[in-house]
Amino acid sequence: MSLFGLKFGKKKLKEEERQLQANNRDFNLQFEYANNTIKTSKYNFFTFLPLNLFEQFQRIANAYFLFLLILQLIPQISSLAWFTTVVPLVLVLAVSGVKDAIDDFNRHKSDKHVNNRPVQVLINGMLKDEKWMNVQVGDIIKLENNNFVTADLLLLSSSEPHSLTYIETAELDGETNLKVKQALTVTAELGEDLQKLTEFNGEVRCEAPNNKLDKFTGTLTLRGEKYALDNEKMLLRGCTIRNTEWCFGLVIYAGPDTKLMQNSGKTTFKRTSIDRLMNVLVLVIFAFLGLMCLILAIGNGIWEYNKGYYFQVYLPWAEGVDSASYSGFLMFWSYVIILNTVVPISLYVSVEIIRLGNSFYINWDSKMYYPLSDTPAQARTTTLNEELGQIKYIFSDKTGTLTQNIMCFNKCSINGKSYGDVHDMSGQRIEITENTEKVDFSYNQLADPKFAFYDHSLVEAVKLSDVPTHRFFRLLSLCHTVMPEEKKEGSLVYQAQSPDEGALVTAARNFGFVFRARTPETITVVEMGETKIYKLLAILDFNNVRKRMSVIVQSPEGDLTLYCKGADTILYELLHSSCDSLKEETTEHLNEFAGEGLRTLVVAYKNLDKDYFQDWSKRHHEASTALEGREDKLSELYEEIEKDLMLLGATAIEDKLQDGVPQTIETLAKANIKIWVLTGDKQETAMNIGYSCNLLNDDMDDVFIIEGSTSGDVLNELRNARKKMKPDSFLDSDEINIQFEKSSKNSKVVPDEQANGVYGLVITGHSLAYALEGNLELELVRTACLCKVVICCRVTPLQKAQVVELVKKYKKAVTLAIGDGANDVSMIKTAHIGVGISGQEGMQAVLSSDFSFAQFRYLQRLLLVHGRWSYIRMCKFLKYFFYKNFAFTLVHFWYGFFSGFSAQTVYDEWFITLYNLVYTSLPVLGMSLFDQDVDDRWSMLFPQLYVPGQQNLYFNKVVFVKCMLQGIYSSLILFFIPFGAMYNTMRSDGKAIADYQSFALMAQTCLLIVVSVQIGLDTSYWTVVNQFFIWGSLSVYFAITFTMYSDGMYLIFTASFPFIGTARNTLGQPNVWLAIFLSITLCVLPVVGFRFLKAQLRPTPSDKVLLKIKEAKKRPPPPSPKRRLRRTSTRRSGYAFSHQHGFGALIMSGRNMRPKSPFATTGTFSPNSDKYKHKGL
Amino acid sequence: IDYTGTEPSSPCNKCLNVSWDSTAPCNCTINFTLEHSFESNVFMYYGLSNFYQNHRRYVKSRDDSQLNGDNSSLLNPSKECEPYRTNEDKPIAPCGAIANSMFNDTLELFRIENNTRTRITLVKKGIAWWTDKNVKFRNPTGDGNNLTALFQGTTKPVNWPKPVYLLDSEPDNNGFINEDFIVWMRTAALPTFRKLYRLIERKDNLQPTLQAGKYSLDITYNYPVHSFDGRKRMILSTISWMGGKNPFLGIAYITVGSICFFLGVVLLIIHHKYGNRNTSADIPN
Repeated sequence: MSLFGLKFGKKKLKEEERQLQANNRDFNLQFEYANNTIKTSKYNFFTFLPLNLFEQFQRIANAYFLFLLILQLIPQISSLAWFTTVVPLVLVLAVSGVKDAIDDFNRHKSDKHVNNRPVQVLINGMLKDEKWMNVQVGDIIKLENNNFVTADLLLLSSSEPHSLTYIETAELDGETNLKVKQALTVTAELGEDLQKLTEFNGEVRCEAPNNKLDKFTGTLTLRGEKYALDNEKMLLRGCTIRNTEWCFGLVIYAGPDTKLMQNSGKTTFKRTSIDRLMNVLVLVIFAFLGLMCLILAIGNGIWEYNKGYYFQVYLPWAEGVDSASYSGFLMFWSYVIILNTVVPISLYVSVEIIRLGNSFYINWDSKMYYPLSDTPAQARTTTLNEELGQIKYIFSDKTGTLTQNIMCFNKCSINGKSYGDVHDMSGQRIEITENTEKVDFSYNQLADPKFAFYDHSLVEAVKLSDVPTHRFFRLLSLCHTVMPEEKKEGSLVYQAQSPDEGALVTAARNFGFVFRARTPETITVVEMGETKIYKLLAILDFNNVRKRMSVIVQSPEGDLTLYCKGADTILYELLHSSCDSLKEETTEHLNEFAGEGLRTLVVAYKNLDKDYFQDWSKRHHEASTALEGREDKLSELYEEIEKDLMLLGATAIEDKLQDGVPQTIETLAKANIKIWVLTGDKQETAMNIGYSCNLLNDDMDDVFIIEGSTSGDVLNELRNARKKMKPDSFLDSDEINIQFEKSSKNSKVVPDEQANGVYGLVITGHSLAYALEGNLELELVRTACLCKVVICCRVTPLQKAQVVELVKKYKKAVTLAIGDGANDVSMIKTAHIGVGISGQEGMQAVLSSDFSFAQFRYLQRLLLVHGRWSYIRMCKFLKYFFYKNFAFTLVHFWYGFFSGFSAQTVYDEWFITLYNLVYTSLPVLGMSLFDQDVDDRWSMLFPQLYVPGQQNLYFNKVVFVKCMLQGIYSSLILFFIPFGAMYNTMRSDGKAIADYQSFALMAQTCLLIVVSVQIGLDTSYWTVVNQFFIWGSLSVYFAITFTMYSDGMYLIFTASFPFIGTARNTLGQPNVWLAIFLSITLCVLPVVGFRFLKAQLRPTPSDKVLLKIKEAKKRPPPPSPKRRLRRTSTRRSGYAFSHQHGFGALIMSGRNMRPKSPFATTGTFSPNSDKYKHKGL
Repeated sequence: IDYTGTEPSSPCNKCLNVSWDSTAPCNCTINFTLEHSFESNVFMYYGLSNFYQNHRRYVKSRDDSQLNGDNSSLLNPSKECEPYRTNEDKPIAPCGAIANSMFNDTLELFRIENNTRTRITLVKKGIAWWTDKNVKFRNPTGDGNNLTALFQGTTKPVNWPKPVYLLDSEPDNNGFINEDFIVWMRTAALPTFRKLYRLIERKDNLQPTLQAGKYSLDITYNYPVHSFDGRKRMILSTISWMGGKNPFLGIAYITVGSICFFLGVVLLIIHHKYGNRNTSADIPN
């Protein structure tokens, strides 16, 4: 696709500016904007064959075999029959072709599904149902509640007041809270009136398609007037309309031009590092092959000159050959054909099969199946398995990946009493499990049935009308900016800007303080069945500095009260001195809550004096209309009133982690995998999650926070952090610095550095933007990689990808990105391996991922078990495969010296054809599908076993050279032992045995038995299948040999099987078997000796682990999985707010209220609404 | 016994430059002495050196179908036989370089006892593999058994003095199934090789097959090897259960056995010295 897409893209001139007119297709057509069709597939029916073949022949191996085929068709050169190459080549091409075809078919299907979604388009004054793909730039379309936004739209009007439209951007950036968009007033007037909408002919000029999600600039020209457009008026593809009955939008960008598609990055074909290594090795082997052929060709030249010339009495030179050098030249190519088996064609096919097999293990793994959502793990890309065993960096999304994205009210402390834990009779705290009895909220008809709470004493307290408890819940039901929605009587749905708030209000609701409705001036609460209407006098809204919010309400009884909730650190300063003792108790509880990773808030109240409030209210009004320094004045006022508060208690909200996340992270950390969390959330939330899932903890020496807002600040912060972690890294004497100076500027690979402790790094999106700029990149990488944990917050999807790219660029490490939302797509695509969590945020992440499953905790199994196994298997496979082909092929090389360098093969042609295809393919496949050094349980218990994979110890160039040497050694043995045994000998009846055919048979039998023994040595996990394959292959060899060399075959196909009788005449001889046995011993001896010595003298850490496991296996089974982690953090955080300003202003202004508030009908922009524009997004 | 005759002193030196087309055979005699008597059956071999029977083009220069008695191949031999496929527009039978270069010296052995030469009976049958003689090589079939008629339309290989159907007088050892021919057609794996020429069977249990003493070898020297620096030898040998005399396996086994033993001891020592150290190495759990 990328190829095609690129071509298309280049044909069109790069768009500078976009110009379009609503309802004017003809006008818009002249610009040839893309329509709303998306295309992710690569081929169509006709282009498949040529394109696919073209792609396949781009692989060196395939091209090479094509070349060989051509060589074999030249009669002077052909030393093997042409079909020996054609058959496997066609097979290989066919298998890969079918696989590609199926993949592409699936892509076509999903494209079609998306392209055919229906949408209402306004055409000629009528709303018509159209398919998504037929939507054009400049069309006006109507969207209804819960619809996906079709393309990037300019919001024209909506059903809500002030043409507000609520959208959820989960697919786009992963945030599930609602965002508000507002149309221009001029367009808002269009309303639902189709007539007006049809006549609407505004002209939009805006920037060319780009991938910046949070930026849009353009102008709308309507009736000669210009209006500025910005991101506030845009609905982007990928969002979902919420809480809005309908809205109309003008299509600005469609299909591939939408910000979502622009953000999704290029589809690049992922290759594993082993793939790349393999390609390099294949080239090395080619060079080696060329060298061998050259030696043999020169040898041939010399031979023909010295001997062949004279030997012409019996063997004249071939036709057309008139000199020794020309003969040598021909012989070079003949030897290329004969020795081509050093790079066997079956290598790539076998590799694919192994990967496919291992992918099936992942798909079938019942331990990675999540029954609750009925999702099994899925290997969507089957070519990356062994890379799973080499992961060094994990980039994880937070929301929906580490967490379930469900907030729930978990504990609270009211008036010095802690609720939430369940105790048994003896007062012992017990774990909450599925079976623990939930609190019965049936007394409250408005309760949310999904809410679960286990501590009965709290309900008791509520029922007993305990005053502080009531006040506590009243506060929760009043002090917030949640919007209620009651579609049916009694079924309340809360729309909260932050899930935390929603959780608190829901909790209050269940305990009998139901927040039911709100108007700009009132809040309706059903208190223990009794409806009360509070007058809302002021909302002192949340912001990042204040870290608290308050409301001032007047109860039906007329009491004025200020309710406040906020971060403990802030609120404790504002408390009245009379609550000191309570403060202490509450602090204790807070510590306890925080230790469990809960998000805490402190709540307090204050009764207000009427006169005082009136005065304050007046000043407040003045301040809020002041033209200068309004913000400062307001916050001064807020501070004035929010003091001497009475402490009520604290709440603890659990940002529910997915099951087993801390354990998984701990295990992965032990496996020396570094975890970076990249989240769109704000810093505090991210850090809080970091603490609760054990990424960050108090044992760390330090956690650096990078939040500089200029390039220089960021640089300083990074440098300081690094100075602390590794003071000598700034000295000129530091190895890495020296290395940098030496190495060229472009290709830098930062080696691993060791910090002097355990550190964490937190960096905000803003600083990250600077840090990702050219000159700071290196600083960032060096500093960040010194840390054990890196958390990036407030990052955009593109930044996520950039961070991954950064590590890929500077670190020679394999990266894995895991996420669940559309905002993770680019990161998933960038990383070596992308893992999608099939969670709540849609399927985009899964669709672009390589592996997918339902729960984060399965990651450890995927990596530590499947990844490791795949890696080990692949390495063993490659080692063995190269070995066996070297041993096989090089025998020809040695024989060349004794056969006049005439490209005479040692073996029977049939043996050459069948060797890789039949005799040795199954045993090695068996090994590489079933082998495992230790079983899954031990793999998980000893994450250290993962480390060799990261360091790529099992297969690299050194290992390859070893295989090669071993192969060369074996081939020497395999040639010279039969040679020695045959030299001038006779059969026991005096007849010939030193003939060519007997020699061939003996050599090939030796070879086959030796490689079978070798695979036996390599296999560490024997299954029936392995045994069957090995013994089966050997017996198949003998069966086929005897059949092919039988009388019958000879009589039928005389020319094809000239080896008649060789098997019978040769294999009956004792000296043949003695020679075979000798070759086996000699081939195996050094291997065994070397392995033994290595295990004894220089065991690798994993050898030690394996040894330990072996010992442990003798003992009773290992202890049951670890007990639940107890976190001992004393850190507290008070965050239960969204990272934006609240809806406060909105509520107070009444803009979003259905019954239109008096001063909102005008539709003019007051300064107040300007303020709103800054606040809401 | 090397009878190539490269040294001027050799009786066969005069024959050194024989060529294929010389009509007059060159005869020479070499006397030799057996130090020990040969008790059991004795096998008489001819050996060639520096003769590349394993050259690729040489190896494939034959037509198995023709040799198997296929009539169409007889008259139209395979292309592989080039340039020994046809001669004067007549197909060559047997075609190819291998057949063309068939060894055609005649060796005769005499025992010299008190200056009388006793001819030693040389058996010429039973020197080829059974499968070769009975399956792989067959004369063409047709009416009657007259080989001359069956080979009608073919010509003899360029180098041969006589056509294939005159190789022997006995009908079951003539044509393609002539055992000398079959033995030659089984190409050797290495450039130095020996091929079975004749058998000397033991007549009775009392006397050794060949007593120690003087013998003479009469050679009808037809086969030129001098041009490519080849060597011809005659070998008399007996056979054990393991086949012909070849010390290689014995020496190799003794060597490998000693290496194994030595290695075993070394590894045992190493294991004792270092093995325990590693088992106690602590691993973080």
